[in-house]
Amino acid sequence: MKNKVFPDFDSAVADMKDGMTFMSPGFGNVGLARNLLAAVHRLGVKDLTGISNNAGSMDDRVDVGTLIEARQVKKMICAFTAPTHPSQITPFVQMYNDDELDAELVPQGTLAERMRAAAAGIGAFYTPASVGTELAEGKEHREINGRTYVLEYPLPADFALIRAYRADTFGNLQFRLTQRNFNPIMAMAADITVVEVEDSIVEPGEIDPDCVHVPGIYVDRLVKIPEDGLWD
Amino acid sequence: MTTADKPRLSRQTMCDRLAMEFQDGWIVNLGVGMPTLCSNYLESEPDKEIIFHSENGVIGFGPLAPAGEEDRHLVNAGGQNVVALPGMAIVHHADSFGIIRKGMVDVTVMGAYEVSENGDFANWRIPVRKGGGIGGAMDLAGCAKRVFIAMEHNQRNGAPRVLKQCSLPITAPGVVKLLATDLGLFEITEDGFVLREHAPGWSPEDIQEQTEAELIIADDLREIRVRPA
Repeated sequence: MKNKVFPDFDSAVADMKDGMTFMSPGFGNVGLARNLLAAVHRLGVKDLTGISNNAGSMDDRVDVGTLIEARQVKKMICAFTAPTHPSQITPFVQMYNDDELDAELVPQGTLAERMRAAAAGIGAFYTPASVGTELAEGKEHREINGRTYVLEYPLPADFALIRAYRADTFGNLQFRLTQRNFNPIMAMAADITVVEVEDSIVEPGEIDPDCVHVPGIYVDRLVKIPEDGLWD
Repeated sequence: MTTADKPRLSRQTMCDRLAMEFQDGWIVNLGVGMPTLCSNYLESEPDKEIIFHSENGVIGFGPLAPAGEEDRHLVNAGGQNVVALPGMAIVHHADSFGIIRKGMVDVTVMGAYEVSENGDFANWRIPVRKGGGIGGAMDLAGCAKRVFIAMEHNQRNGAPRVLKQCSLPITAPGVVKLLATDLGLFEITEDGFVLREHAPGWSPEDIQEQTEAELIIADDLREIRVRPA
């Protein structure tokens, strides 16, 4: 069985190229792969497209905003392109308002379902979310059983930068509580899935098959977060 | 004292009034900010079992975690640490919104910038800035069984937020069922925009003065209740 464990974060993202698309999970500052984002920052690749629920927070910890501030990102696809509070002027908000980067605003459930479509080989899907709003303008509408839906397309990516709680060396993953959020669907939607692991990377067989959240066939690389790594 | 300066309802009272409508067994999704105050009310009705759903995939979480007892892996939609209740379950983000789109959420309570008399509301975009903060609001507003809004009745400059038609881009059309403001409780019905309960000291005429939407005065108009009848 292939051993997918990499010795460090830098080697696990070394083949990321300019212009690629990456997915970064996390919700409420939980479940982000901060160490892998830091490695992408060190790598210095540019013109990236980022897919994430939001585009960085106000604190100093490494997140998508770190790559945006370093001008490595040309476009964000996310559910927040303006702050929920006027005081939260992140680097992203400033640069987006100054037309220094592009953004696509997607309702959060549609964002998640577009990832799942990419993960599940679905060509497109109809959702009721956003019908009757500015965001549905220009999209194909269809009435099904008396309800109106809009057509949405899958959202794939070159890389997913994942945070898991536990893994085995084959890449079977487990998450803890709300750390799960976007992690499973991003891990399954991307071409190359890289995972930083909090607790332990165990031998195959040690994780009960009934308790695997993401099967290892979706996972390409694993790195154990060291004691002094970047935690939530 | 001019009408506009009369005492108004507190945010907690507004949210208490909405939470009073929650029924035993309901699945409830509270928006970030003011709506989270709804959960405080439920302490006064311990026999009511409410299942709180959060868009990040938690079903059945408890109150905010006391200091020192936080689990760093367990947060609500606002990123606040909450405690696990027996029977809690976790799903990933796509399944969490599957729950929403299927219509399993009995009520979502949200804040808003504007509400119109036909039940449209706006809460994701202000004109001075590019982009918006949608989060899960459009999915919830379009698919929850009921949408309740908690919102201050007027802007800081005194301009009304309860309008004939929203001036801002809407979050969903015609979905608001119940609106609590600091002036009273309003229901959007087939007949129109009904004032059901008023803040103490506020007459229907006083409230209409602060409202662009045309108010229908309920036959059984009363002062706002904050405890079940």
